[in-house]
Amino acid sequence: MQIDWAHFTPLSGLAGGVLIGAAASACALVLGRAAGVSGVIAGLVPPHRAEAGWRLAFILGLLAAFPLAGLLGLSAAPRFLDGKASLALAGLCVGFGARLGGGCTSGHGVCGLSRLSLRSLVATCVFMIAAFAVVFAQRHLSN
Amino acid sequence: MTTLRNLLSLLIGLVFGLGLCLSQMTQPAKVQGFLDIAGAWDPSLAFVMGGAIAVGLVGFNFAKRRRRTLLGDPCQLPAQGRVDARLISGAAIFGVGWGLAGVCPGPAVVNVASLDAGAMLFFVAMLIGMAAERLVLNALAGRNGAVVEED
Repeated sequence: MQIDWAHFTPLSGLAGGVLIGAAASACALVLGRAAGVSGVIAGLVPPHRAEAGWRLAFILGLLAAFPLAGLLGLSAAPRFLDGKASLALAGLCVGFGARLGGGCTSGHGVCGLSRLSLRSLVATCVFMIAAFAVVFAQRHLSN
Repeated sequence: MTTLRNLLSLLIGLVFGLGLCLSQMTQPAKVQGFLDIAGAWDPSLAFVMGGAIAVGLVGFNFAKRRRRTLLGDPCQLPAQGRVDARLISGAAIFGVGWGLAGVCPGPAVVNVASLDAGAMLFFVAMLIGMAAERLVLNALAGRNGAVVEED
């Protein structure tokens, strides 16, 4: 294993993580909800529509973060390394899997682990291993 | 009260999104650099997780003891559920998608605001995947006469 020191950003990573943890905590304390983004979106889709107000507001906040971060010099347009077919397949898997597994990186990885949920610990380990395996196959087994 | 709740929700989403931008979770290359442990590994995202969980442990420790939110509404944090095949297969499929594109649902939403074509494509595919899960589970439940459990 070698560390990619040129791209290593521990301080902004930690600071960003603190903001994410603070937002997730505030969501639990103020709204009484787990800030799992896939779950927030899923609640907007029929037939399980429930409490659209706070969900839409949360999504709007996420969307507004991009231009605001841009003003602060923190964000740039995302650059995707993969082609369209791969992106579409990835999106399908992320949406399908997040719902089937009852959460994503934010719901299980941040909120669930913060709540010391065994379910979320298992889910987080499984999706990390799957993601490590896919990137390994993509970068080191092809060609 | 509802207006205040929605306003606070907007603010929470904004802070969440700023955290994702600052930590570069919104950059697929950054995420995939973290997932590539066999290559030139960028461990930055471990610091993101660490920072988020360190703060989250404190916040959720308070939240778990409360029956009502700070606004006085009933708490609706999910109950501790079982570890079952559905959880594990869902997490595995999710992980495959996350590894393939380097994007998870939070950053997928934030990136829509960049109006980047790839970001839009991923977001729409993700919504279709979510709807497909619902259809598949409903179809299976219909065949087995079982009721679909909801998280």
